[in-house]
Amino acid sequence: MTIDTEIPARPARGGRLAGRTGHAEAAQSRIAWLFVGPYTLFLLAFGLLPLIYTIYLAFTKRGAFAGISNFLKVFKDYRFLPAVEHVGLYLAVWLVSLVVLVVLLAVIVHAIGVRWLSTTVRFVFYIPGAVAGASSVMLWLFVLDPTVSPVAFILHGLGLNSFVEAVQADRLPVVLAVIAFWTGAGGWIVVMYGALNNISREVIEAARIDGAGPIRIAWSIQIPLLRKWISYMVILSFAGGTQLFVEPRVLAQASRGVVSQDYSLNQLAFLYAFKQSDFNGSAAISLMLLIVALVLSVAFVFRGGLFERN
Amino acid sequence: MKTLRIALLLATALAAGPAMAADASNEITVWVDATRQPAVEVFQKAHPEIKVNMVVDDGSSGASGTFQTKIGLADQAGEGWPDVVFSTQNNDAAWAAKETNGVQAFAAALNKGILDQSFLDGFTPGALDPVTVDGNVYGLRNDLAPVLFWYNKPLLDQFGYDIPKTWEDYQALGDKLAKDHPGYFLGSIGDSFEGPYIYYWSGQAPIFQVKDDEFVSNVDDPNAAKVTALLDHMLKNGTVTQESVFSAPFAAKADHLVAIPGPAWYSGAIFQNPSSVNAKPGTWGAAPPLYWEKGDKVTGNVGGGVWYASSHTQNPDAVKTFLEFVITNDETAGTGGLPAYQAAAAKWLDKQASAGFYVGDFKNAVSTAASTVWDGWAYPNFSPETAWAKVITPALAAGKSISDVAADWQKEMQNEAQVVGYTVN
Repeated sequence: MTIDTEIPARPARGGRLAGRTGHAEAAQSRIAWLFVGPYTLFLLAFGLLPLIYTIYLAFTKRGAFAGISNFLKVFKDYRFLPAVEHVGLYLAVWLVSLVVLVVLLAVIVHAIGVRWLSTTVRFVFYIPGAVAGASSVMLWLFVLDPTVSPVAFILHGLGLNSFVEAVQADRLPVVLAVIAFWTGAGGWIVVMYGALNNISREVIEAARIDGAGPIRIAWSIQIPLLRKWISYMVILSFAGGTQLFVEPRVLAQASRGVVSQDYSLNQLAFLYAFKQSDFNGSAAISLMLLIVALVLSVAFVFRGGLFERN
Repeated sequence: MKTLRIALLLATALAAGPAMAADASNEITVWVDATRQPAVEVFQKAHPEIKVNMVVDDGSSGASGTFQTKIGLADQAGEGWPDVVFSTQNNDAAWAAKETNGVQAFAAALNKGILDQSFLDGFTPGALDPVTVDGNVYGLRNDLAPVLFWYNKPLLDQFGYDIPKTWEDYQALGDKLAKDHPGYFLGSIGDSFEGPYIYYWSGQAPIFQVKDDEFVSNVDDPNAAKVTALLDHMLKNGTVTQESVFSAPFAAKADHLVAIPGPAWYSGAIFQNPSSVNAKPGTWGAAPPLYWEKGDKVTGNVGGGVWYASSHTQNPDAVKTFLEFVITNDETAGTGGLPAYQAAAAKWLDKQASAGFYVGDFKNAVSTAASTVWDGWAYPNFSPETAWAKVITPALAAGKSISDVAADWQKEMQNEAQVVGYTVN
């Protein structure tokens, strides 16, 4: 995910470069193609072509046009609405905690004046992000099992005396959000920290001279200027969150089915394809997920001013 | 994106593996789980003329569906099928014997030109029932897993108890034990398989049946209700535990285990397992299965894996050689459990008896159990375990009883049945 979070380079045509010869521009443009080329190829091979195949599958049945019957079938499935509810709850818990805590922690870390302390804290925040998805869930299996957990006293304090209790269906949105936060938030704190560095010192100085304290500065200057980055974070996290799969899948295996195999929408799509051999129904679920993620992303892009230039 | 990437990696990995599958040369691709890996290696030594391309996966354990998933991908790709597959589940014939999305059924009908009828007749009667569809045999059982009654002789003697013969005796023993020796126990339903297979199936409860295309489950049937009451009663007095038999807490209190109904493979998985009960020779024994006082003398069954041959194979002769070898060879038959092939089973039982590990008439108990598995249980394309884990296990952890949620359990099984195409009334 770190590659996706690269901050776009400052606009090349902005002023000083405009007067130079076309030579430099041509070189830059060649480099740009070089950078974008492989990404575009992969996007075509693993993004757009599968998408087209998905659309084809979703509207056909055994090769013949099937209208929206695949979608209707999925809607009527007794597992569909619970899965929507599960993913929705998880997203609500996760996104809210992500926005609030990441911004808060980034502002606090940014305010730490001691250089080594600030670097250390950022590094510590980032470490969990280095653990790959499935293996981080494996680690959480131990944390969540009161019989082996290093923080068993907290679990007992919450009234959880067995692993089965810790992963009961009504607790899962919170459990999954905690896991996702633990793995993903560190990277975003570092990104926000970088964005905070981009805020001109003069603006902050001016506010300080006008008598603004750290809270006022954070609320009235830093957070509004972070708006783009926050919406960027929400878009990517939302798109990733709707595709919830690895965490409940590993939990399902580890809990021997107490976390059901059809907990999330992507798991349901997986079951459709490989349990029921119904690739068309599976494609219909995938397409619905894509449309929801796309619509909400577009809303965030425009409301968050992501493509506006200052 | 992460998911998509993983799925694609998985897909390419799966497609790449069996791409070298059988052609006209003398090579076969075999998918097995880690437990069956040594058996394949024994075959390779014995038959160097056949090249075996072995792929190790999870054998679909815990109803994970790996087998069906990978075949689904091969069907979609139109290539990449293995020649032989081992599955730990015994309900795969429900999908593998049927055409899927216009692609021919994966499993070959073994009685039609691949294996001789005389060879198939060598199996223990009933062993091939789960893999027989419309009179054709689509797989070969590796081992039998009938439910027996395991008991600790020194503990029973010390407390002055007899070995129970019926489920009623078993419950009465639980009452005495709870009263006089609290902390000692008689069973577990901590995994998703014990409840359905060990208690309901053995208790002749008609909760998992298929008639033509109709799935039938009735938790209100008198036998089902009796099993539910028995379990709720013994859970309440603590003589049946909610700890998984494979868990550390179970192993920690294994010295308080007085007796337990369970499949033949508990022998290796529990009693002779150093990290589980780790029994001393001459302490544990197996008795014939429990039954209801006024019921038939029948028992349940917990798995017992199956070997399948591919209908796409280019090399049926090598497949035949392989299957006949693993099923009958002393080293490979049953892979540690009770072989499904009669001649191999007899040898295995003699070996167990001569080793003298188990007290009592082990051979008689196993033979009795193996020939009395109740045939009122179906093998559709889904497992009662998923519904049990989803509905019953969390309810018990939250302090409810099985009877509180039995109706929900039945509903969940019916829903699952409908999803895979059965009708439900």
